[in-house]
Amino acid sequence: MSTATEHAHDDHHHHMPTGIKRWIFTTNHKDIGTLYLWFAFIMFLVGGAMAMVIRAELFQPGLQIVEPNFFNQMTTVHGLIMVFGAVMPAFTGLANWLVPMMIGAPDMALPRMNNWSFWILPFAFIILLASLFMEGGGPAFGWTFYAPLSTTYSGDSTALFVFSVHIMGISSIMGAINVIVTIWNMRAPGMTWMKMPLFVWTWLITAFLLIAVMPVLAGAVTMVLTDKFFGTSFFDAAGGGDPVMFQHIFWFFGHPEVYIMILPAFGIISQIVPTFSRKKLFGYASMVYATTSIALLSFIVWAHHMFTTGMPVAAELFFMIATMLISVPTGVKVFNWVATMWRGSLTFEVPMLFALAFIVLFTIGGLSGLMLAITPVDFQYHDTYFVVAHFHYVLVSGAVFSIMAAVYYWLPKWTGKMFDVTLAKWHFWCSLISVNVLFFPMHFIGLAGMPRRIPDYALQFADFNKWISIGGFAFGLSQLIFLAVVIKACRKQGEPVSDQVWEGAEGLEWEIPSPAPYHTFETPPVVK
Amino acid sequence: MLSVTAFADSGAQKDQYQLNLSKGVTDISGQVYDLHMLMFYICVAIALVVFGVMFYAMYFHRKSRGAKPAHFHESVKVEIAWTVVPFIILIFMAVPAAKTLIAMEDSSKADVTVLVTGSQWKWHYKYMDRDLSYYSLLATQPEQIQNKFAKGENYLLEVDRPLVIPTGKKVRFLITSDDVIHSWWVPDFAVKKDANPGFINEAWTRVDQPGIYRGQCAELCGKDHGFMPVVVIAKDPAEYEAWVSEQEAIQRKAKEEEQKLLAMNMSMEELMSVGERVYNTSCAACHMPNGEGLPGVFPALKGSDMALNDMPAHIDIVVNGKSGTAMQAFGKQLSLKELAAVITYERNAWGNNTGDTVQAKDVNAVMNGQ
Amino acid sequence: MAEQEYQKYYVPEQSPWPIVGAVALFLIAVGAGNFVIESTKGESGFGGWILLAGIVTLLVMLIGWFNNQINESMNGMHSDQLGRSYRQGMSWFIFSEVMFFAAFFGALFYARVIAVPWLAGEGNNAMTNEVLWPGFEDMWPLTKTPGGTETTAMGWMGLPLYNTIILLVSSFTCHFAHVALEKEQRGKLKLMLGLTVLLGCIFLFLQVEEYVHAYREMNLTLQSGVYGNTFFLLTGFHGMHVTLGTIILIVLWLRIMKGHFTPKNHFAFQAGSWYWHFVDVVWVMLFFFVYIL
Ligand code: HEA
Ligand code: HEA
Ligand code: CUA
Ligand SMILES: [Cu+2]
Repeated sequence: MSTATEHAHDDHHHHMPTGIKRWIFTTNHKDIGTLYLWFAFIMFLVGGAMAMVIRAELFQPGLQIVEPNFFNQMTTVHGLIMVFGAVMPAFTGLANWLVPMMIGAPDMALPRMNNWSFWILPFAFIILLASLFMEGGGPAFGWTFYAPLSTTYSGDSTALFVFSVHIMGISSIMGAINVIVTIWNMRAPGMTWMKMPLFVWTWLITAFLLIAVMPVLAGAVTMVLTDKFFGTSFFDAAGGGDPVMFQHIFWFFGHPEVYIMILPAFGIISQIVPTFSRKKLFGYASMVYATTSIALLSFIVWAHHMFTTGMPVAAELFFMIATMLISVPTGVKVFNWVATMWRGSLTFEVPMLFALAFIVLFTIGGLSGLMLAITPVDFQYHDTYFVVAHFHYVLVSGAVFSIMAAVYYWLPKWTGKMFDVTLAKWHFWCSLISVNVLFFPMHFIGLAGMPRRIPDYALQFADFNKWISIGGFAFGLSQLIFLAVVIKACRKQGEPVSDQVWEGAEGLEWEIPSPAPYHTFETPPVVK
Repeated sequence: MLSVTAFADSGAQKDQYQLNLSKGVTDISGQVYDLHMLMFYICVAIALVVFGVMFYAMYFHRKSRGAKPAHFHESVKVEIAWTVVPFIILIFMAVPAAKTLIAMEDSSKADVTVLVTGSQWKWHYKYMDRDLSYYSLLATQPEQIQNKFAKGENYLLEVDRPLVIPTGKKVRFLITSDDVIHSWWVPDFAVKKDANPGFINEAWTRVDQPGIYRGQCAELCGKDHGFMPVVVIAKDPAEYEAWVSEQEAIQRKAKEEEQKLLAMNMSMEELMSVGERVYNTSCAACHMPNGEGLPGVFPALKGSDMALNDMPAHIDIVVNGKSGTAMQAFGKQLSLKELAAVITYERNAWGNNTGDTVQAKDVNAVMNGQ
Repeated sequence: MAEQEYQKYYVPEQSPWPIVGAVALFLIAVGAGNFVIESTKGESGFGGWILLAGIVTLLVMLIGWFNNQINESMNGMHSDQLGRSYRQGMSWFIFSEVMFFAAFFGALFYARVIAVPWLAGEGNNAMTNEVLWPGFEDMWPLTKTPGGTETTAMGWMGLPLYNTIILLVSSFTCHFAHVALEKEQRGKLKLMLGLTVLLGCIFLFLQVEEYVHAYREMNLTLQSGVYGNTFFLLTGFHGMHVTLGTIILIVLWLRIMKGHFTPKNHFAFQAGSWYWHFVDVVWVMLFFFVYIL
């Protein structure tokens, strides 16, 4: 405490702390970024291991490995961990590393709070994971925790689930406030709004979405808590409430949430594609407007998750049309990326490979989303594996691939060494093939009528499920290659890289030395 | 009671490699299928165009082929074009979708109305204008699920008492639930509607061909969500009429029997054997076949204070359920005989050995509120 | 900005407080979770104690952290830019609070405008009413639930009205205190801020009175169906915010007694007063939607 006051203005170079204290007490955006990224990766492995349990059980019809109740816990916690523990923290980690470097700021605007936001997360997930070992098991009501399954009919651990979501929410909100304030207030002189790199833009808007909807999720879990434990009846018709009201509140959060998981990905792709096309991003301004429109539209489409709940026709039509409209700005983005590549001078380094896979596979996922938006047909698709296929395409081969692209793209900047390219290529090709074996056939079994969230299924789905599971195991193993690449890189093995690292890379982060020094831009650069 | 196999399984059989939505057997399901295909082709076309251009660039504009980067990076005209064209495509998609949707949601002027109630984990059907109602439970043997017996043809998609509806008539479903949210889904009718506790949703169908149509619960409803199928048999109106009348008569007779039963006492053996059967179909899902429950979720009956000591409370909780928990009121689901038997069973199985017998009249007494 | 002389942005050294805060939240979450389970089941356990430990840890953290912060600020280490960061951070925090209340207001509107009328057979829900809730009628406040629980509605006259006036007046006194601070009128500042705190306390006292009245005489409880639920959750969370706001104002008052803040440098005061105005606006919404309409 007093240290802060003693080293007054004059000392320009804080000494670099070491050991465990460095990580626990840190206020450095790069350290915190690293913590976030490792945490997210560990959670990805944990959530992935649960997916492996799911896939092992679904390998054949019949109950083999787990009880239905445990299966439901796996599905639920897999969804929760991947969403809140893997994808969101990974993006926050990237924001921590990159936003200050991209806008020429010395650090995040609120460095101590930054540390706080991070360290809440491991605790929140310890609670969630520990609840699996409670009597009666952990949450088993799906990541969407629909009432009254999550209220009257849930186990005791619901209380812990609720409070762990509360503190996760606190963490996300603080993280988002930090990002938004950093971008708003810490840009180097000359870094005007329309000069900001797109990753910064997309995160600005993502942060806004987070602040707007995480509190609503907190409200939803609070009502679940009081309904379950304190006799309220928000979601109980006998008291004048409505179970469907839960869904409205949840999806008011939930739909913007899925864009929270994709907008930063759009930002990443918009950084990578121009670099390896050696050409400026096509349609910068329209990218910004498209991102903004997606964010705004995302607030008025939530009920497309609820077409079968018996809403009035007028509401169904409204939500169908609003949802379809989101394709237009998203399309603009896809077209802009393709136009950036058009007549460029393309090379296919690993980050670019992941970015290209992203564009193709995300578009496939987006198009199946568009099919889901068509209300009368969604009656058939809803709650089948068709939906599962849709959201894994946008989340795994979308969000997760973009995170991997980002890691490969900026890793040399972080460590100063080129990662093991051969291994990385193996990682890419294994992932690309297995992810499609894993998720593509889900479209078929979904259309053929296999419901989601079931531990056992009718015989006509058996063959495809076997393939899906095999794809799943292969995809899981492929991620171990990634782990190896990252560990090697962290051990600083490999060729040293130049400051610019990639031939076509542009932006402030490529003008500082590699590896990026512990403190950057203590005096702001001047952006022309 | 109902011989399912007596019916030719017309058209509803799914084949092993079904890749696509089924066309179904109603006008609406056909429309939905056509819409689905339309959307699908549009999406494929868009994908082909986008990926086509992209792969062209990836091949021809690569550095290794000596491509030099161009300098353009915006074009208002092109950008407007690719905003407006998708918009027009969307309108083209939305119009037929809206038409079908409006037709689907019009459940007025129905010929037959059935109240469909979901509960953990079975369906209850009540013919609103007839004197007929019954539960419909999964009929697949537990041994098949546990891989002890070979799996039958309709594994997990068979029930003890299917819903029966007439062909060619507009059948309206009033869908609700006793506990959590379920969703009543028959793909061949393109009907999927959530069963929300405390509210009634409406759906309808008009089936053209007689046959057996299978579906499943489509909303996560707890542990056995995967084990609550829907089976609907469509019969032509005359057969349907005959079937309903026959069933009404059977149910009426059963009720009369019930009254007679009040005067009789059943033996311990009989109670125990009936009780075990009822226990395994109605109670074991939660309290487990060994009576040990799932700690923290479903209480154990083995060694429970209520099952060992407090008989009136025991009868009461089975008959009336316990509000605010997953314990349902079985009073309206089971007959007096079954109730008496299952309570006796619970008081004597798994080492509970109280020696108590519960008779139909004891249950009846609790039901009539004393 | 380019012309301005460059002020160094203060990036603090390592700090132990955030991790203490994280541990505090961990204890609070674990404690509260277990406490809820234990207390509703009537079991005894450690939940309450863990919760208490968490709260104490959080307080220690807040005191330590704010002490740091105050020292830095008093030592002039905060640039204008940092001041802007704080102000913007606070504004976004308040926005997040607005959205938290929005969830509960949303529940209120949904219940009133959609759920209750539907239960009474509105729209395409004729069968809902006929089959499941025969005889249930649409009304708001919902004094008789579909399940048959009865209760009385809380009128807006009397206590709620007084409370509205009290909070509105306190918003003004808070504002006057701010003006006084900016004009360097310390006496008036202390008086006005003191008054604000006092009004806040009176508000809380009356709010408790109202709850006691509701529970004892009106049979209006947390279990009284969705009317009681929205009533108590909205006013309850608001009350918690008033409590927090009052504590913040008390701390500010103590700091002012110690001579802190200058007309130019008083972010903490500004944040506190923003918070107070926010709490006040929420109350006005509450008064309108929960009590009057
Ligand atoms: C990153 C996450 C993400 C993203 C980006 C999206 C994007 C979209 N999603 Fe998805 N969605 C999820 C994650 C996501 N979704 C999840 C997790 C669920 C399930 C939740 C649960 O129940 O557990 C879900 C479920 C879901 C449903 C509910 C299904 C059901 O349960 O019945 C619907 C229905 O409308 C939907 C629609 C859409 C649409 C229209 C988009 C659009 O944004 C897609 C837009 C993109 C494109 C259309 C492709 C590119 C565009 C072009 C190439 C331009 C040309 C196009 C045209 C002219 C049409 N999604
Ligand atoms: C970003 C989010 C995200 C990600 C990355 C994933 C990744 C994966 N998901 Fe997930 N999934 C969701 C979000 C996500 N999912 C959500 C929101 C749901 C809905 C939940 C609900 O219904 O409530 C869901 C549901 C869901 C289901 C449906 C469950 C059901 O309905 O019952 C399935 C089934 O196959 C599945 C599979 C997988 C697989 C195989 C992966 C793989 O990509 C995972 C790969 C990663 C690893 C495997 C880890 C790395 C490897 C190791 C740790 C070594 C061990 C490896 C082996 C033993 C082979 N997911
Ligand atoms: Cu009933 Cu799922
Ligand atoms: Cu959505």
